[in-house]
Amino acid sequence: MDESRDRILGHLRRALNREGSRDIAAQTVGERLAAHRPNTIPARAVAGDRDARIGLFQTMAEEAAATIARLASVKEVPAAVADYLAQRNLPSQLVVTPDPQLQPIPWGDRPTIRWREGIANADDLVGLTGAFAGIAETGTLMLISGPESPTRNNFLPDNHIAVLRAEQIVSTYEEGWKRLRSSTQPSQGQFTMPRTVNFVTGPSRTADIELKIELGAHGPRRLHILIIDDATVG
Amino acid sequence: MRASSRDFKDNARRALGDRNLAAALTILKRDFAGRRSAAVARLPEFEQLRDEGRDIKNHVLTHLDLYLETFERNVMALGGQVHWAADAAEARAQVLAICRAAGAKTVTKGKSMIAEEIGINEHLEENGITPVETDLGEYIIQLRHETPSHLIAPAIHLVKTQVAETFRAAHTQLDAARPLDEPRQLCDEARQLLRPKFLAADVGITGANFLVAETGSSVIVTNEGNGDLTQNLPRVHIVLASLEKIVPTLEDLSTLLRLLARSATGQECSTYTTVSSGPRRPGDSDGPEEYHVVLLDNGRSAMLGTEFQDILRCIRCGACFNHCPVYGAIGGHAYGWVYGGPVGAVLTPQLIGVEEAGNLPNASTFCGRCESVCPMRIPLPKMMRHWREREFERHLQPSLYRAGLKLWAFLARNPPLYRVATEIGAAVLGWSGRSRGRFRALVLARGWTKGRDMPAPEGKTFMALWAERQKQKS
Repeated sequence: MDESRDRILGHLRRALNREGSRDIAAQTVGERLAAHRPNTIPARAVAGDRDARIGLFQTMAEEAAATIARLASVKEVPAAVADYLAQRNLPSQLVVTPDPQLQPIPWGDRPTIRWREGIANADDLVGLTGAFAGIAETGTLMLISGPESPTRNNFLPDNHIAVLRAEQIVSTYEEGWKRLRSSTQPSQGQFTMPRTVNFVTGPSRTADIELKIELGAHGPRRLHILIIDDATVG
Repeated sequence: MRASSRDFKDNARRALGDRNLAAALTILKRDFAGRRSAAVARLPEFEQLRDEGRDIKNHVLTHLDLYLETFERNVMALGGQVHWAADAAEARAQVLAICRAAGAKTVTKGKSMIAEEIGINEHLEENGITPVETDLGEYIIQLRHETPSHLIAPAIHLVKTQVAETFRAAHTQLDAARPLDEPRQLCDEARQLLRPKFLAADVGITGANFLVAETGSSVIVTNEGNGDLTQNLPRVHIVLASLEKIVPTLEDLSTLLRLLARSATGQECSTYTTVSSGPRRPGDSDGPEEYHVVLLDNGRSAMLGTEFQDILRCIRCGACFNHCPVYGAIGGHAYGWVYGGPVGAVLTPQLIGVEEAGNLPNASTFCGRCESVCPMRIPLPKMMRHWREREFERHLQPSLYRAGLKLWAFLARNPPLYRVATEIGAAVLGWSGRSRGRFRALVLARGWTKGRDMPAPEGKTFMALWAERQKQKS
């Protein structure tokens, strides 16, 4: 309703005495939006080298009830997945996102694992996805949507396994945004925000009944992160 | 929803007699406050972040027109639509029109206080569309035909046995002998029953914790993942947000996220933070085909530039609820409208009128805990005082109360007279209460002494004692 739009904006402009000050204010806003200036960054998030960053990611993710396995190379993924599923008595069957980062996984090494590439449906118990980045500060996965990474794969399966390369782990949310902004191909011109950016810290939970924390409210009951240390893959 | 804020005193009295509520609130006070202070202690920069959070929101509020225009432009550039709603009725009409155009039969909902404010569920039901709440707490209270009693824990007024009774009454298709003693079982039952609803819904409605001007994004913060299933699976996603949810950039968002979860639940961060921008893109295999943002004013623009502007910084974390002795005694429903607790005491008189909600800003001891924990440093007690002043200006209090205030004001403006009056008062009360040391009942203060005794003064005023001490010193 354009009428309401004009009325609301009119109210705001009058309250802010915008008449006459509009140009200066618009310049202030424009500069602020372009600068992407970070505010205070918690010191504990940025202290330390690569190993400390990976360590912090692991500590914080585990604190949020995620589990972590560190692998030397992407070649170890099938064995790690098989072990994980066996330990939890889960069927050896999973849906994998068509993410190019996951292409080098040698699934053929474990022929018992039945895997399907594509979008998750309601019956999938286990899903495996890649990730855009890991945020060490809070042990958080940063996942972005796209043709190769449908968002529902992060939420529908009861068990979410995410593959994260060690060099994808950044210290803070601000570093994550910086990576995202610079990930746009030059041919695409200006940066466009992906449709969905999911920050995921541990498995789903609720405390809505007597504030008792229960895992697995509506999203995954478990989150398992495979950190690949090999810098040369992918 | 119909407001019962006028009946606050009766509501509060009833709440104080409710044993289940008292048990539930005891858990709330213990857990939330403890978790918050532990989380704050782990982040040395917390106080600095509070300053920055306040400054970000103040900057947005003084440039709100420009940021809203930027936000709208960026939503549209991504193929989304923005609907401006001056009041609740307009917002309801807009949501219904979108649902009808989508041919919607059922609508899933993530948690949204704006949805409560505009009463969208009743409106959809009246028009033949079934809304399904998917946040566990919201689901429970929808089954009970209740309203949320807390910003982030809507069913916090209930104990688990009440939830079990509700589920048994509502889920008659399940085995009546099933065990439902623990939150785990209740949680699993809701998960199992809601899963098909997520998949069947035609429209998903969520709120927004933030709107990012830079990218035209809406942001939801949840722990359950219900908001994500709500907005990802149906063909249409509607975001309900009020004007003041804007933040300039993704960096500013990051700062506010560091404050939100710690203040709300004491978590380092919530499980899911989701930033959504427009409908699905070419090539995408999931996501909504339509993305709508309903921007609600409903009295907020009228607060800009007034003594109540600071309340527009609120990020709805609920910390003020969790630390308020009044909320902790009576819970959220007694406040009689959507927003309870200290933030409700300031916001509700603006949104539904001080005539209707004048009791709320009076239900405070001004202990100041709300302000001391507010991540946005909102001076809540000061604003409650502003409402009391407005009430007085508009002659809304009973005449005896007004006469008392006038007498007080007269004495307070005449210090020598004030001193004499209080000396006489202290002497009389001290003398008449000397045997018991307390009063069971007091003239003109029967309401106060009904639930407690008034300690008798020692017979001298503070100022008199102070003067004596100074004399002894010299």
